[in-house]
Amino acid sequence: MEKHKCDKCDRPATYHSVEIVNGKKIEKHLCEYHAAEEGLTFKVAHKPINELLTNFVKMHSQDQSSGPNELVCDHCGLTYAEFQERSLLGCPSCYQAFARPLDVLLARTHEGSTEHHGKIPSQSGFGEQHQQQLMRMRKRLDEAITAEDYELAAHLRDEIGKISGTAEGGETL
Amino acid sequence: MNLGRMTDHAGEWLRGTGPQSDIVVSSRVRLARNLAGYPFVNRAANRQRLEVLQRSRQQILEGQLAEDMIWVDLNECQPMDRQLLVERHLISRQHAKAGDELPRGVAVGLNESVSIMVNEEDHLRVQVLRSGMQLGEAFEQINRIDNELEKRLDFAFSQKYGYLTACPTNVGTGIRVSVMMHLPALKLTGEIDKVKRAAKDMHLAVRGMFGEGSDAIGDLFQISNQTTLGRGEQEILADFQHTVVPQIIAYEQQARQALVRQRPALLDDGIWRAWAVLNNARLMRTDEVLSLISQVRLGVTMGRLEMVSMRTLNELFLMTQPAHLQKLMGSDLDPAQRREARATLIRKRLGQA
Ligand SMILES: [Zn+2]
Ligand SMILES: [Zn+2]
Repeated sequence: MEKHKCDKCDRPATYHSVEIVNGKKIEKHLCEYHAAEEGLTFKVAHKPINELLTNFVKMHSQDQSSGPNELVCDHCGLTYAEFQERSLLGCPSCYQAFARPLDVLLARTHEGSTEHHGKIPSQSGFGEQHQQQLMRMRKRLDEAITAEDYELAAHLRDEIGKISGTAEGGETL
Repeated sequence: MNLGRMTDHAGEWLRGTGPQSDIVVSSRVRLARNLAGYPFVNRAANRQRLEVLQRSRQQILEGQLAEDMIWVDLNECQPMDRQLLVERHLISRQHAKAGDELPRGVAVGLNESVSIMVNEEDHLRVQVLRSGMQLGEAFEQINRIDNELEKRLDFAFSQKYGYLTACPTNVGTGIRVSVMMHLPALKLTGEIDKVKRAAKDMHLAVRGMFGEGSDAIGDLFQISNQTTLGRGEQEILADFQHTVVPQIIAYEQQARQALVRQRPALLDDGIWRAWAVLNNARLMRTDEVLSLISQVRLGVTMGRLEMVSMRTLNELFLMTQPAHLQKLMGSDLDPAQRREARATLIRKRLGQA
């Protein structure tokens, strides 16, 4: 874009717009101050909309041979169709189970992003596999208690305690 | 814990102090966290929910995350007490109204500036609330709390997606940064829609604190980030600190100055009529109070009305809400009785001011 001076003063224009009013093209070039006076301009480096769209289309066109609605999370049993109804996921593993359709959704709601950028827990020793193993065992524990198999429950509780490095709250059960 | 003691004063965040508190009423930062190895609240077995609750409560209280931390068991609370916590912004409406079978609670500390909801939509929802424009301070505080919690509890986290949350709209940083702004002049001049459009371009949500959309009652608007994935906490915070909040403050101030220059009688008429009604009405609805207080507040911050303090206005703002009012009166009141009690309370308080 060619360099413009502000329409109202000598400062360089940082706000440019073209409007069509009654079939006539009206260009506006304003400095920060005068743009502010006219209305609002926020300048922040957000991803341009066409980049968002490209990402969106790219992900959407990937093969969807089996429809996403049939996807099921092995860990909590939630189906993608159920997720779409309630817009709540059932467990951390749902993020992997539904990764493909979810990435499309995430890109749409998070300015095109599908990856975390920010704080990472310092205790990163707790890997994802580890987290899943714990969840599986806690599920078995819950089933054992429901079935009143207290021997198995006690065993599982010990194992969970060893893995998680914390005493499992036996008194709560 | 005696929730009744809460009713006669406004929490820390409503003190009416802090930087730019004439326009920025309060700053809030919230983090969503889930314990690793458990399903999210909505899909956990009740036994697991109870376990999450008990572990979290123990670690929160032992961690000395904030001064004078107290625990409120929401299952054992009267509905009125839960409503009181909602009015004080310490728990969400959803957390107050969930069924009795859902074990849930909240820890509150440091003059109500810190609250941690357990078993809301996520296992933990940590919040720091400050009066005025104190987002930086609020973030530092919540980050310290998060670090301490992290030493004690393992959070569900993935390399790709960050902190994992029940709703994908919170995944990543799990952070929600928001400011509550009082924008009566922009509302009066109709320029509030420009703020909304500009905010939308930045992927920010603008909501009326009370009421919907542009009909925000009391001219209070909450502006918050919507993107939590792919942008760091500091980036999100910096948008608010260096761009959004200073600009909106500048526009509101411009609009206020324009009113003084161009239509001072219109401005003063609104302020003084509101003052007259507050001092004389015999029946008063909540939404009416909020609108009238908004006008008087504008008058006080612009130096056009000097017989009441911001502190008194903030206290009235809170005490005239249904649960607070009934707690103060010490009895259940039906809506008609509340309108009368509300008007009386206001006249009394303003008479002392
Ligand atoms: Zn200019
Ligand atoms: Zn799942």
